[in-house]
Amino acid sequence: MKTNEVLLEIKGLHKRYDEIIALDDINLNINKGEVVVILGPSGCGKSTLLRCLNGLEKVHGGDIRYRGKSLVNNDVNWQEIRQHIGMVFQNYELFPHMTVIENIILGPAKVQKRDKSEVMEQAKQLLERVGLFDRKDSYPRQLSGGQRQRIAIVRALCMNPEIMLFDEVTAALDPEMVREVLDVILGLAKQGMTMVIVTHEMSFARAVADKIVFLDKGRICEISEPNEFFTNPKTERAQQFLNIFQY
Amino acid sequence: MQSLGISVLFKGMNMQRLLEGLLVTARIAFFSIIIGSLLGIALGVIWTSKSKWIRLICRIYLELFRIIPILVWLFIMYFGVTTALNIDLSGEVVSVIVFSLWGAAEMGDIVRGALESLPKHQVESGKAIGLGFWDLYRYVLIPQAVRRMLPGAINLATRMIKTTSLVVLIGVIDVIKVGQQIIENSRIEVPTASFWVYGSVFILYFIICYPLSKISRKLENKWNG
Ligand SMILES: Nc1ncnc2c1ncn2[C@@H]1O[C@H](COP(=O)(O)OP(=O)(O)OP(=O)(O)O)[C@@H](O)[C@H]1O
Ligand SMILES: [Mg+2]
Repeated sequence: MKTNEVLLEIKGLHKRYDEIIALDDINLNINKGEVVVILGPSGCGKSTLLRCLNGLEKVHGGDIRYRGKSLVNNDVNWQEIRQHIGMVFQNYELFPHMTVIENIILGPAKVQKRDKSEVMEQAKQLLERVGLFDRKDSYPRQLSGGQRQRIAIVRALCMNPEIMLFDEVTAALDPEMVREVLDVILGLAKQGMTMVIVTHEMSFARAVADKIVFLDKGRICEISEPNEFFTNPKTERAQQFLNIFQY
Repeated sequence: MQSLGISVLFKGMNMQRLLEGLLVTARIAFFSIIIGSLLGIALGVIWTSKSKWIRLICRIYLELFRIIPILVWLFIMYFGVTTALNIDLSGEVVSVIVFSLWGAAEMGDIVRGALESLPKHQVESGKAIGLGFWDLYRYVLIPQAVRRMLPGAINLATRMIKTTSLVVLIGVIDVIKVGQQIIENSRIEVPTASFWVYGSVFILYFIICYPLSKISRKLENKWNG
């Protein structure tokens, strides 16, 4: 599904928290339809990178361009950009005082000012796709972790984003619920959604990725095809990282 | 003599006057709580600002009401400000102003606390679906904060109702003042008048405050259920 059209262009990106350098000289292109999986040890800057891509963190150097438009100056309209770059987090971040359907239509109705019946129709289709239409009037606390994450994905999708960012969306789930969430993401990949995924699920990474980016200490160590990365990584550091996942 | 004692409440217009006094108390409390809450929510939102200066100003505003007794505020407003600005305000209006400003200060602190206790990822997931500043507060943060601050807010409201008894001192005829007048007029014939009158004032306050705590418990159960 990968095309040659570049959607996101990251050049020399630099980000620090006081003294800690979280990201150092990151260069990466993401094409339309491409699925990029970011791997790396804890604290290497994976979350920080995703958060920079939709404006939750201020960057200190370099450039991020979305469709050629720079995202690193002060007059970026993030409210507009975030409608095109959706994000789902590790924590169950649904709004607890709203039902499932209210969670989903909040953005489309209030931010995008779309027609309510059209949004409801889309929400219905998306919910059916993740097998949760019958739970549309439930509150988040009445759902399992896996169900909540599927709803969080639906909520982001209902904005019709062009790119989706996933930050360890299964990390807080019980093992038996991981699968149902990953299947949804896999389905999106088949449909050609452009995605940047941070995960610790190695076999999922291998199955879904067009490109693996391996980060270490805030730097990109290597960028490889998934098969190549998992069988024959280019760097010593990546090999060590992969060994952790083998018993 | 006891049976004679209670009759003081029903003599002449006494009961009606007591209820009229109660109405004044209730009116002051009602408007102060409404205005104070609205201003307090605005203050609480401003208070969560990242700016050190804005936070400091909000803090000073609150401390002014904590350090200086409400009675002094009533005097400053009623005798000081009205003369200085050469305006004529009734004791009741001054009371509403002072209680609203005080309520706003305390309410602001409660709202700030509730907003700051919300998990940070609620803000971020709101931003991630493109919500702007106002929509984020209106649809995501305030409704959740309201649930958390309810016990504190109800507590504040009952404190405000009880503190309205100070308005006597700037000449407002509230339920307590009416009670005192009745006691004075009937001290000779009914020596136990103060027991009966203050007893019924107690019950009248209870009648206003009790439903508040009842409502708050109902809402809490509903939201937690
Ligand atoms: N808000 C913050 N303030 C200070 N330092 C931070 C902050 N957020 C992240 N860091 C630091 O930046 C570095 C990168 O953190 P980041 O969360 O991006 O790592 P990560 O790769 O996502 O790790 P994990 O796999 O544990 O989620 C770490 O050293 C972290 O301690
Ligand atoms: Mg992380």
